Amino acid sequence: MTRVTREYRFAASHRLHSDLLPAADNQRIFGKCNNPYGHGHDYVLQVSVSGPVDPDTGLVCRLAAIDAVVEQQVLRHVRDQDLNCWDEFASLVPTTENLAVVVRRRLSGAWQVAFPDGPGLCGVRILETKRNTVEWRLPCR
Amino acid sequence: MYITRTAEFSASHACYRPDWSGERNREVYGESSNPRGHGHNYQLEVTLEGEPDPVTGMVLDLKELKEIIHNEVIEPFDHRFLNHEVPPFDRVVPTPENIAREIWRRLSPRFNGSGGPRLANIRLFETADLFVDYAE
Repeated sequence: MTRVTREYRFAASHRLHSDLLPAADNQRIFGKCNNPYGHGHDYVLQVSVSGPVDPDTGLVCRLAAIDAVVEQQVLRHVRDQDLNCWDEFASLVPTTENLAVVVRRRLSGAWQVAFPDGPGLCGVRILETKRNTVEWRLPCR
Repeated sequence: MYITRTAEFSASHACYRPDWSGERNREVYGESSNPRGHGHNYQLEVTLEGEPDPVTGMVLDLKELKEIIHNEVIEPFDHRFLNHEVPPFDRVVPTPENIAREIWRRLSPRFNGSGGPRLANIRLFETADLFVDYAE
């Protein structure tokens, strides 16, 4: 099993708030993260792919090909942006968990097109801060 | 239970195939394809799986693990140009995938599971933003 992990960084702001909840509940559940003006983080995104190492190149996958998909599907939408303004979060609270769900779904969708016979997407890990991490992982191929 | 020991080595490498054109090498390996090479401070994490000895409380004495990693990997790899000085990278492109597999190949005979811990994973950071996990 060979798994390659590529790390990306981006700064983004967000506000944790649900229109489905009364103000008092938003405040109680989300605390400081419910601050009306929002706040930001230096997010770290790790994307893992796995598959056989191509005997010709010694690579699981060209890094530039992974970078292009992550840039197109995620980074250009979030870099120096307010996550709440992204369509993906129109009715979804931009917690790190939900961000991971969105990133996983967008990458998975594009993956089939970009790498029909290539390496599989097998992990998405997001660090909101050094102390908060959310991870989704599939068994490696 | 898993135990992990970290080690570092600095080495240069070039990801290119002499039988390919410069253009083809650049397309596949990007800037890493400069045949004169470039260096990295590689960080290696070696993970073993085993049960703590009932008397010593250790899966393996970490000093012993440190010494094995030093002899099998750090000593032959550190401050070397991998393509020119460390077989099999004279004929195998030293991508992080291939380096991780070679490190596994060098370490695994030392942990063959005969009562001792098993080699569980090799994690090799080429840079802070790129690492490879390898296990068999």
